[in-house]
Amino acid sequence: MTTNPPAFSPRSRVFTRFVVVVALALAACGSRSDSGGASATSATTAPTSASSPAASQVTVSDAWVKTTQSGMTAAFGTLTNLTHHKVSVTGASAPASGMVELHEVVTVNGVPQMRLKQSGFVIAAHGTHTLAPGGDHIMLMNITQPITAGDTVTITLLLSDGTSASFDAVAKDFSGANETYHPGTSMPGMTSSPTGSTAGGTMTP
Amino acid sequence: MTDPQLRLAPPGSALPGPAARRHPTRRALIAGGLAITGGAALGPRLTRPADTPAAAALPAQADVAVGAARLPFYGPHQCGVETDPQAHATFLALDLAPGTDRAALTRMMRLVTDDAARLTQGHPALADIAPHLAATPARLSVTVGFGPAVFDRDGLAARRPPSVAALPAFGGPDRLQDRWSGGDVLLHVAADDPATVSHAVRMLTTDTRRFATIRWVQRGFRPAAGTLPAGQTMRNLMDQIDGTVNPRPGSPDFADVVWARGNPGWFAGGTVLVLRRIRMILEAWDAFDPGGKELVMGRRLGNGAPLTGHTEHDAPDLNAVDTLGLPVIDQNAHIRLAHATTPAERMLRRGYNYDDGPLPDATADSGLLFAAYQGDADTAFVPVQRRLAAADNLNRWITHIGSAVFAIPPGAPGPGHYLGESLLSS
Repeated sequence: MTTNPPAFSPRSRVFTRFVVVVALALAACGSRSDSGGASATSATTAPTSASSPAASQVTVSDAWVKTTQSGMTAAFGTLTNLTHHKVSVTGASAPASGMVELHEVVTVNGVPQMRLKQSGFVIAAHGTHTLAPGGDHIMLMNITQPITAGDTVTITLLLSDGTSASFDAVAKDFSGANETYHPGTSMPGMTSSPTGSTAGGTMTP
Repeated sequence: MTDPQLRLAPPGSALPGPAARRHPTRRALIAGGLAITGGAALGPRLTRPADTPAAAALPAQADVAVGAARLPFYGPHQCGVETDPQAHATFLALDLAPGTDRAALTRMMRLVTDDAARLTQGHPALADIAPHLAATPARLSVTVGFGPAVFDRDGLAARRPPSVAALPAFGGPDRLQDRWSGGDVLLHVAADDPATVSHAVRMLTTDTRRFATIRWVQRGFRPAAGTLPAGQTMRNLMDQIDGTVNPRPGSPDFADVVWARGNPGWFAGGTVLVLRRIRMILEAWDAFDPGGKELVMGRRLGNGAPLTGHTEHDAPDLNAVDTLGLPVIDQNAHIRLAHATTPAERMLRRGYNYDDGPLPDATADSGLLFAAYQGDADTAFVPVQRRLAAADNLNRWITHIGSAVFAIPPGAPGPGHYLGESLLSS
């Protein structure tokens, strides 16, 4: 084993991770303002009906969303393509959110950054696609009311064939996935309330 | 250097002899290191033994049977009751926050149920904070209970099972402390591996933190898997065989004794748990002679047989007298007073040792977490404990320092349902 460098050396992994979290927060803000207008994945183009006959072509399991008091948050889960052909998720909408985007985390110059995923989420025939903290996720912005632990948030995916698929995500307190919040980062429109990250947070079940 | 466990390895054991195990060769250590490195690189594929030569060094499947074992979660009854008790148990009492009304409690129960359903099957919880710790369920069970105060919430008062209420003051050995008593919601988390219990407790408390604070935590242990022959009754820290008279899991008798039949209706398939923390005054017990200890209990220390019998499960003859005409089993012997005088007094008695000592003065802080399950505590635990509190010979060496009562709701019948649904949903 090699000896660990000091924790806050610029060359250390800990330091890099710290920078990454800040970068994620910045990226979240950036994409929020950048994509305020029309976008390929804007939720406004997604059908609102959850009863589309082809809705079962893609199912979502293990779906959850990180709790938040306001601002933005992210949803995760496993997408499964039940069809014989490739399907893309091209957008999403949710009543709980004024704007929903499909995001990815990519490494730029050695630093992971979150950004809009232009290609959407591509699911191979009979394949699955995982949405997880630190990877692809569904970004819910302009949250209309607090999302509290145990709440159910309904999200509708717009698929490349023009159909849609709706699913329910359970809200969980989670101290990771800090795209929407980081202490010391203050930006207009961002939530300033810790969600699951602080044990002493407001107790408003 | 000396390791009593190794020295105690039974003769003829298939395991390598003590010498071989005490002095692993350098070559064996290197091979073990290779196996670990290979595991990190290859991940789940290593479960197929032929993948790599290093895989040959992995334990055979039978060697991880304890960690891999799972109990079913869904069903008419909650898991963790009709179960051979696991080696490690944590009882956790929550106090609901003032804002946790019936709707919030429902949300909390959905989260707890989802966590339990996944973790008991060896899957990470949703948003698991340490998902790899979920891989060894080790017969994990999560059992939830509702204390009396839950029924003070909106519209639930009429649904309180009658015996889910403050117990009467028993006197006698009662020295009850608030720090071990009461509680709104019980989480009973048990498994054969302590890390599994730790992870499940941490995940559950992460998800309940919004809704409740921790009132008390009590940890208990029983013999580890493989320590005793299957079905052998455990020994408590007073050196007594403890828990001989009990209904057998899976028997009609068990259902009769433990499961509530529906008073009130939502509670059918549930049970009432009384949890007592019984501290043992071990230094005084140590000073007592073995013959006296057996008279106190009415059983032999060696094999747990009643003083009127030869083997543990011989029925005690409570009428037997010795040559002087004195009862062989004393009038105030523990087993005489604990003996059910009516079928309704029967219960599932489950003890977990606890050992939080020694204290600074080098005396023990040990005892028994005594969990009694019954359809109605008013007809079972309460009358039996009244008799024991009044006269049990054992009272000189024990004090009851904690007491709590919970309604253990029926099980979640399947995915999409949650524990407590029959109480909270309608």
